[in-house]
Parts: sequence; structure tokens; C-alpha cells
Amino acid sequence: MNLISITNSVLAVLLAPLMFGIINRTKAIFAGRTGQPLLQTYYDISKLFKKGAVYSSTTTWVFLAGPLVGFAAVIAATVFIPFGGLPALFAFKGDFVVLAYFLGLARFMTVLSALDTGSSFEGMGASREVTFSALAEPAFLIGLAAVAKYTGHISLSPMLTGIDSVSWGHAAPALALISLAFFVVLLSENCRIPVDDPNTHLELTMIHEVMVLDHSGPDFAFILYGATLKLWLLGSILIGIIVPVHSGILLLDIVSSLLGMLALAVVIGIIESIMARLRLLHVPQLLLGATALSILALVLVSR
Amino acid sequence: MIAALILVPIIAAILSLIIRHDTLRRVIFVSAAFAHSVLTAIAWSRTPEPVLNGWLMLDAPGLLFLSITSVLFLAASFYAVGYLNSEKKQEKQDFEDGSIFTNTPEAIFIACLLAFLATMTLVTASQHLGLLWVAMEATTLATAPLIYFHRHNRSLEATWKYLLICSVGIALALLGNFFLAVAAAKAGNQDTKLLLSDLIQQGGTLNIPWLRAAFLFLLVGYGTKMGLAPLHTWLPDAHSESPSIVSALLSGALLNCAFLAILRSHQVLSAAGQSEFSSSLLIVFGLISIIWAAIFILGQTDYKRMLAYSSVEHMGILALGVGVSGAAAFGAMLHAVNHSLTKAMLFFVAGNILAVYKTKASKDVTGIISITPATGVLWLAGFVAIVGLPPFGLFISEFIIAKAMFEQHRVGIAIAYLAVLALIFISMSKIFLNMAQGKAPQNISAQTGSQTILNILPPAFLGVLTLIFGLYIPPFLNTALHAAAKAIGGF
Amino acid sequence: MNNSIDTIMILLVLMNLMLLGLSSLGTCIRVVAAQGIALGILPLVMHGGISDIRLTLFSAAIIGLKGIVFPWLLSRAMRDVSAQREVEPFIGYGKSVIIGPLALVVCMWLGSRLPLPLDIVSPMLVPVAFFTIMSGLFLIISRKKALSQVLGYIVLENGIFTFGMTLAEKQPLLVELGILLDVFVAVFVMGIVIFHINRELDHIDTDRLSSLRS
Repeated sequence: MNLISITNSVLAVLLAPLMFGIINRTKAIFAGRTGQPLLQTYYDISKLFKKGAVYSSTTTWVFLAGPLVGFAAVIAATVFIPFGGLPALFAFKGDFVVLAYFLGLARFMTVLSALDTGSSFEGMGASREVTFSALAEPAFLIGLAAVAKYTGHISLSPMLTGIDSVSWGHAAPALALISLAFFVVLLSENCRIPVDDPNTHLELTMIHEVMVLDHSGPDFAFILYGATLKLWLLGSILIGIIVPVHSGILLLDIVSSLLGMLALAVVIGIIESIMARLRLLHVPQLLLGATALSILALVLVSR
Repeated sequence: MIAALILVPIIAAILSLIIRHDTLRRVIFVSAAFAHSVLTAIAWSRTPEPVLNGWLMLDAPGLLFLSITSVLFLAASFYAVGYLNSEKKQEKQDFEDGSIFTNTPEAIFIACLLAFLATMTLVTASQHLGLLWVAMEATTLATAPLIYFHRHNRSLEATWKYLLICSVGIALALLGNFFLAVAAAKAGNQDTKLLLSDLIQQGGTLNIPWLRAAFLFLLVGYGTKMGLAPLHTWLPDAHSESPSIVSALLSGALLNCAFLAILRSHQVLSAAGQSEFSSSLLIVFGLISIIWAAIFILGQTDYKRMLAYSSVEHMGILALGVGVSGAAAFGAMLHAVNHSLTKAMLFFVAGNILAVYKTKASKDVTGIISITPATGVLWLAGFVAIVGLPPFGLFISEFIIAKAMFEQHRVGIAIAYLAVLALIFISMSKIFLNMAQGKAPQNISAQTGSQTILNILPPAFLGVLTLIFGLYIPPFLNTALHAAAKAIGGF
Repeated sequence: MNNSIDTIMILLVLMNLMLLGLSSLGTCIRVVAAQGIALGILPLVMHGGISDIRLTLFSAAIIGLKGIVFPWLLSRAMRDVSAQREVEPFIGYGKSVIIGPLALVVCMWLGSRLPLPLDIVSPMLVPVAFFTIMSGLFLIISRKKALSQVLGYIVLENGIFTFGMTLAEKQPLLVELGILLDVFVAVFVMGIVIFHINRELDHIDTDRLSSLRS
């Protein structure tokens, strides 16, 4: 265990909401608006924490536990993520499976609490969320398997530190395919366009937002915060592959990764500005396509 | 010599496209067919020189199949003149669904027929497997317009199926050729030739896994064209929708050419000591084909489709014969000759029946004997010949193949083979006899059944030939058949 | 040196996967065109540069035919028959996209089972060729439209061509030019037939070409 790696979790907790701010600012610039402040998500979260919560009389303890457990799982997942040259706080063989399970647990609790409300809208959102994440999972895990095969490690930290600029020199096609697949997974898992529109107000077209309609106050704050953290987690894995700066100088590595995250947020913002949401029927195709890319990458690195 | 065999039909095809006068065009057509036959006959007495560094050469199997093609084409050319005389030029009504359609212009029809002859000659003379492939592809393209002679929906459907399925098959055969080139390639050795003689010579040094893969693809590819079940799906449609003369040439000549292409690959595999592998594949495809054909002949309502399925059956027997090998290889060669003659004869007669009765449904055709005695007799004779009854040639060849099976103690295969033949005999006799006998329908009289000599003579000629081969195989043919059988690993 | 060939191979695979998943006929035609151009570049890349005149002509012919002439013919046919712009699969896009990678894995396995006895240019060549052939066959079988079947046929030919590239040094270019010619004529004839199908029947759905049975 490398205690300095606690920085990873600290950075995640501190900076994750900023990602949303950057995305929103990018979209605002594209639309010609001034847009909300960059720190708006922080304000939202703190305001929500100050509010009281309303609970429907049909809900049970599951509804209460959902946001809490979900947030806890995501926070716990941050300790498995290496960031900017620093290995993860906990690194052991097969830790990426644990990571996937923590993220799965978070989703599972959100879905359960959505179902607990007994509302048909939330049931519908839950069903969509589960369908799409089930399709995104193989793309993610096969992609990680490709990285594992390429680097020869099965622990996330050495896997990501094993990729450097030299690897891009001689395995560029495979790494590009993996990055593309991960990017699609990231968009889908975080309910961004083209899979889901976070700004939509029509329950019928929403996926993630519709599940959390009934949550209010601190519960909703946890959910919002959890969502930003999830974006940060998947983003830092992606950036770990795309921006493999391992100079040995800690500050340089971390700053370059942070710049990568910034760029990622801007790219997401641009995509949300110029693309429309896909029809629900086409989303599985997109995710299966991502799976195909991952398989292709795996095939490429394992020959 | 070989060049002349190919060039004569090509030049005639070009001429027939240029010439506007119908009679003159037909004269050129028939004389080209005649010249081709004469040239082929000369090739029997004096082996032609190889051309193009041995790329074109007539060996025993090639000459045999060339002769079948040539004889059939000669008969077909006479029949075609009679047929084109009776086909009206203007728009006419389809007797099945009543729609109006026209024919492909006669110039194009004749030019395509001649081009078809040229490409088939090229197939039989090719010693280079790449060239053989090009020639096979060319036969597909030359025949597509022929099938679409009557421009209506059903013939279009048949043409589309034919074109697509055969093109895919041919494409796979090309892949097979590539595999063969890989099998023959050695590191360092720069020139890999796909010449048959070279491949056979270096047989032992070929790369076995690639060679097997190559045979598989060649068998599937050319087997599609040959009509081996389950790759035959284009065959019944194309045969039933095209004019009878085209069906006769497809069944009698084209299928044989595809079979020859498979024989060539079989020769290469035998030379590499893999004849076990290729033989067993041929036997499997052969058995599937005859069983499949028997199922579809049973209860077939369309007599042209029945003949088409019978072609599938006989192609199956050919594959079976070559697969069993030994004396059966000789039987298969004889069978190819007899089947072509008989099937072409039957398709010509079927064309006559169609012209009189205007229907392809066998239940609507009765009393052929009473309406047109000559056609009726030929139809019955054809029936006796095709189901393999003595004294016709097919009896001899089917018998030789069965005998070889028993000699090699392949009793299971032999029993299946004989049982299926019996089943086909029963189902065919029902169809044939019902059509020949009984009372003719009201609207058809002896008047409408009048037939010209050009409709009767060609099938009669072919029928007599196969009858002769059933009674007596001339020594020159016997030698040629044995030489061909020897080339494909039999005796 | 192998990276550029590998890149082309990956592009081929990606285009095959796109063809399996795409619904718009027009886009499919464009993808097939792009595939033809990629194939046209392949011989040049494999033999390093534009030194050989014959090779350059060969490449130019392939790019011209597969990249420009066929797509132009096909899109003209599509416009003329004012076909519905969907490929109308028998097997859904989702399933097609799943089958794709599975087939790719099978092809990789096949490629490892059949090692080439030649000095090989890229180990990707044989599996990718197999995969392209399988995709082409799959497209022919699983699509209703005559046009999409022709597209499948071209993809099949592309796969065979890719395989032929392994033999490029062993086989005279003459034979390969013959291949080009054959493909050209085949597609040309198919184009004519499609035109006739449309004129006769007012549609180009081959699944409605079903009056001939048993």
C-alpha cells in the first residue's frame, strides 16, 4: 500500500463535480450562452445537503439505503484507480473485477430504490439502465482484458502504468480501439448523449434521470455526487490509456492527467452539443459495436 | 486446332450480332455448330498440339467432355432453328399468369448460345486451373441472358437466383484456386503455376492442409454449378423457366463442364495421395444429391422441374462413381456421356410437349401418344432411358457403378444407391406414363400437335446414340473412356 | 513496416462490422467503396511504394473499379429503382453485430490452424481475408434486397482478393486482372438484372421472388 496514493481519492472527491461544470460550460459556449458558473455542481450539492427530504409512504428502507450505499460503493471504488503515474491505494491481482463490482453495486442499489417507489416511470428507467449497462459491461471488461493481455498484468495499476508512449508506437491500432470502446462505455455508463440526455425533461425518453425522480434533499445530493465520481473513475481509466505520461516526476504526471481529464470533459461537452440522442433501439447496436471493438483489440494484442 | 475450336463459335457469335438477316444468321449458327463438331471429330483422330505453353490442351477427360458438348450443341442447333421458327416475334401472353411479355432478340440469343459453346470448349481444353476458373465464370455470364429469353417474372427470378448463387459458388472456387496455389507454393521457389501437369508431377510435395481446404472450396464452388445437393437450388428454377433448348444444354453440357472442373481438382488430390479425402467427400455429396433428388421427384407436379431434379440425381451418381473409383470411374465417364444424351433428348421432347399443351403441369398433360405419336414415342423412350432400363446406355453405366460398389464391399452405399434409384423409377414412371397415355384434353387435337422434322429429328438422333451405347460401345469410345477413367484414378 | 498493413487490415475488419450493423443502403454502398479503396492501396503498401508501373496500374484499376465505378453503378441503381433506403435484414442488426466478432474469433483460430507455407507479409492477412469472406456470405444470406446481396457479393470478392494478396508475388498479375474483369462483368450483369427486376416487378426484394418453389 502506497499512502501517497490517497491523493487519487482526494483528487477524485474534490474535482469530480468540476467535470460537470466544464461539460456544461462547453455546451453553453457552443450554444452562445454565458452558462452557469463552473462550480455550479458544488453549489447544487451543498444546497441539497441543507434541504430536507420527502419520502413517499409506499417506500421502504431500500429507498433510503439506495443513495447511501451507492455513494459509498463509488467512493470505495476510487481507491482502486491509479491516477497520473500514482498506483492505486489498493492494488492486487484482479482488482479491476472488484472495481467493476463496486460500480455494479452502486447501479444495483440505485435500481432497487427506483423499483421500491413502485412508480411505473422509474421501473421503466430501471429496466433501460440495466439493459444498457448489461450491454456495456462486456465492452468494458473485454477491453480491460485486452489491456491486461497487452501489458501482461492483471492488476489495474501496473496495467495502466504499463502503457506508455512507446506502446502507442507499436500497438497504436489496438490501443486506439480500446480507447474508443472505453469512451463509448463511459458515455453510456454516465448517461451522456448519445445514449441518454441528462438535460431532458420528458420522463419517457430519460434513463438515469427518471430513476431518481423521487429522491430529494441529501439523498439526491448523494446520487448527484456519486454520478460525478463515476464519470471521474471511468474517465481516469480512459485518460490513463490515452495520456500515458510516466516521467517519474509526480507533479508533471498528475498535471498532465488532470489536463487530460479537462480535455475529456470538453470533448464530452462538444459531443453533447453537436449530436442528438440516439433512438433507444439503436443504443444496443452502439454498445455491441463497442464490444466488437474490444474483441478486435483483444484479438490484435493476443496474436 | 484448339484455337480454332474456340474461335469458330466466337467469330460466329460476333457475326450473328452484326447480321440483321434472320435466315442468314441461322445458317451461320448451324454451320458453326457443324464446324465445331467436325473439328472435334478431327481431334479424335489426331491429338491437337498444346497451345499457350500447355495452358490449353485436350487430354482424355477433356476430349471426352468436349465431344459430349459438341454433339449436344449440334443437335441443339437444329432444334433451335425449329424452335425459333415457332416463337412469335411480337409480344405474347404468358400461359401461366396471363401477363404480356416479349422475347430476347434472336441475335442476342444466338450470340449467347455460341458464346456459351466457346466458353464450354475453353473449360474442357483448359489445363491451367486459373484459366479453367475464368472459363467457368464466363459460362455463367453467357448463360444468364439465355435463361432470361422469355422476359417475364418467373424467368427473371430464375435468372437472378442462377446468377447470384453461381457467382458466389464461382467466387468460392476462386478461393479454392488460391488455396491450391498456396499449397503448391514453396518458400523461395518463385513461380507457382497452377498447371495441372505440374501440380500432378509435384503431387507429393504439396502442402496437405491447404490442399484439403482447396479441394473443399473447389468442390463447393464448382459443385454449386454442377448442381450437387444441397447447393443445387438454382438448378430446378433455371431449368424449368428457360427455353427447352437452353435447359438441354445446361443439363447436358454445362453441368458436365462443372463436373470436369471438380475432376481436375480430384486429380491433383489423388496425385498428392489424398484421394481418400476427396473420394469420401464426393461420395457424401453424391449420396445427398441422389436422395435429395428422389425426395423432390416424388410428387413433383412440373415435368420440367422433374427433369431438372433428375439432373441433380445423375450428377450425384457421377460424383458417387468417381468417389467409389476403380471400375466405377469408367462407369461414371460412360454415365456422363449417356446422361447428357438422354437428358438433352428429354428436354427437347419436353419442349415439344410444352409447345403443344402450353402447360408445365404434368397432370394437365395426357395422351401425348394419341396427339403426336412421334413425340409420345420419344418421351416414352426417354423415360426408359433415364430411369436406367436396358437396352439404353444408362443401364450399363449405372450397373457398372453398382457392380464396382459391391466389388469394393461398400454394401451400405450400394444398397442406398439402388434403393434410391428404385424409388426414382417408381415416381418417374407415374409421371411419364400418365403423360404419355390416356385421353388428350378437349382443347388439344392432332392439328395443334403437328410437329416439324426439326423438332423430332434432334431428340431422335440423341436417343438412337444412347441406345447404341447401351448395346455396343465402339472401341474408340471404349479406349477414350478408359483413358479418362485412368486419369481420374480408376481403370 | 507492418503497421500500415495492419492498419488497413483493421480498417477492413471495422468496415465489415459496420456493414453488418448499418441499416442505410446508401451508407453501405459508401462503406463498400471505402473498402475497395483500402484494398486498392494494399498492393502498393505491401510492395513498398510506387516503384513498379504494373503494380501502380493494378492498384489504380482496383481503386477505380471497386472504389468508384461499382459504387456509382449501385447508387445509380438505387436511385433509379427508388428503392427503400433500408437494407431490410432477415437477421437483425443487433444479432449481426454480435455474430461479427464471434466470426472474427473463429477466423483467427482458422488462420492459426492453417499456417501459410510462404514468407508472410502480415499475420493478419489470412484471418482478415477469411473474416471478410464470411461477412460477404453472411450479407448475401441475411439481406432481402437484391442490391444488398450484390454488396455482399462484392465484399466476398474483396475477401478473396485480400487472400490473393498473400500470393501476389507467386501469381502473375495477369490472373488477377482476369479476376477484376470477371468481377466487373458480374456486377455489371447483376446491375442489368436488378434493373429488369425493378421494371418487371416494381420492387427489388428478393424474398418476394418466390413464385418458384420445390
